[in-house]
Amino acid sequence: MTSGDLSRRRFFAQAAVASVGMTVPMSVEPGAPEADGLVEVAFTVNGKGERLRVDPRITLLDALRERLELTGTKKGCDRGQCGACTVHVDGRRVLSCLTLVATMDGKRLTTIEGLAKGDRLHPVQQAFIDCDGFQCGFCTPGQIMSAVAVLREGHAKSDEEIREAMSGNICRCGAYPNIVEAVKQARS
Amino acid sequence: MDFLRPLTWDEALAYKAGRPEATPIQGGTDVMVEINLDKGRPAALLDLNPISELTGWSAEGRTVRVGAGVTYSRLIGELGSLLPGLAQAARTVGSPQIRNRGTVAGNLGAASPAGDSHPPLLASGAVVEAESARGRRMIPIGEFYTGVKRNALAPDELIRAVHVPAATGPQYFSKIGTRNAMVIAVCSFAIALHPGERRIGTGIGSAAPTPRRAVAAEEFLAGELDWDGRSALDPGVARRFGELVAEAASPIDDVRGRADYRLHSLSVMARRALGWAWKDYAGRGSA
Repeated sequence: MTSGDLSRRRFFAQAAVASVGMTVPMSVEPGAPEADGLVEVAFTVNGKGERLRVDPRITLLDALRERLELTGTKKGCDRGQCGACTVHVDGRRVLSCLTLVATMDGKRLTTIEGLAKGDRLHPVQQAFIDCDGFQCGFCTPGQIMSAVAVLREGHAKSDEEIREAMSGNICRCGAYPNIVEAVKQARS
Repeated sequence: MDFLRPLTWDEALAYKAGRPEATPIQGGTDVMVEINLDKGRPAALLDLNPISELTGWSAEGRTVRVGAGVTYSRLIGELGSLLPGLAQAARTVGSPQIRNRGTVAGNLGAASPAGDSHPPLLASGAVVEAESARGRRMIPIGEFYTGVKRNALAPDELIRAVHVPAATGPQYFSKIGTRNAMVIAVCSFAIALHPGERRIGTGIGSAAPTPRRAVAAEEFLAGELDWDGRSALDPGVARRFGELVAEAASPIDDVRGRADYRLHSLSVMARRALGWAWKDYAGRGSA
């Protein structure tokens, strides 16, 4: 890790007011922003309640990685083109880099960290391993979050449909054929 | 930057009246790119996501009123038969993840000449329902786009819904891009046949400062088509239609494509889209 990375991570952490885990997420009262310009937001991530005070410009992606230390969700392009930051919000896949965390009040989020049940991998995770659905692995959390949603959406009936439904996730290593195989294995 | 969180439409209008410089945000798929790349830092964001009044659509007579919060995914899933042109365009927007968040109203608010919703809205003759604390206003789509990323909204106005006439004939959308997802159109084209009125609707995207119709092409084609006999399309008419569509555009060279390529591809897309639409119409027989 470079010192730049370290200081950046540390800056975010220090700038953050500690997040407090809660068992029951509470919706925050709407209204004008507070005097310090921070916005309060409460939601659940992988079943755990979280409450944050955030700068309104902070994306869901940065909040997950820098505030909640859920670094499985990756930052690829930060402009919605690569899909590496895909997470589920109320069961639908979205790009966390194009989502303001301040708009997540009362939402139910799932990230890659929330798929496995203890040591038992989610069937899609297992399928990516079985089918060699990755090389460097950077895009994989986003690919898997997309694939889980594709299967739930019922958009995995043919190879062509899988490729179309997965088209928002780029793999620069080019593991696409194996990713399609993994989705098919998880489907069956 | 302030973050304004109205819970009702009336609250949103009150916020916008008090802070006309606030940028409304729905799916965020456009606004967020600017924020992340630090291209523009809005003085305030007005979050419209919590407003449930915006997330529905309803068929009112022969028109479908699409609320400003209806996502592209829902449009594709629920309105494909009533608004086929718009639903086709929606299928080409971004990626599945983007379509789960993005909205037609957001496309209108951004008013990018490359927005995918614009050509089918122009071809259908849509009307934008704008509202402010001062009252409601219906803006015909042809008057809505006023410049590159500029529209006819007053500073205190918000888009509440888009009224789109339900299709009465075949509609098609075509778009040129470099990959199957996450493509900003090099250029795009929409056609709508309105057989009841013997009229053609068109929309050109990403080939002029604003999305626009190809009026001369529409008038030429409406007079040439064999509406009653439904005989096969004359290839010469289709070619001329394509030329007239290209003539209506005034594209520039930019990173996505050259002006002459845009003109050529527009004429090809227009000819092909007409071919598909007429095949559907002729194949349906007399209805």
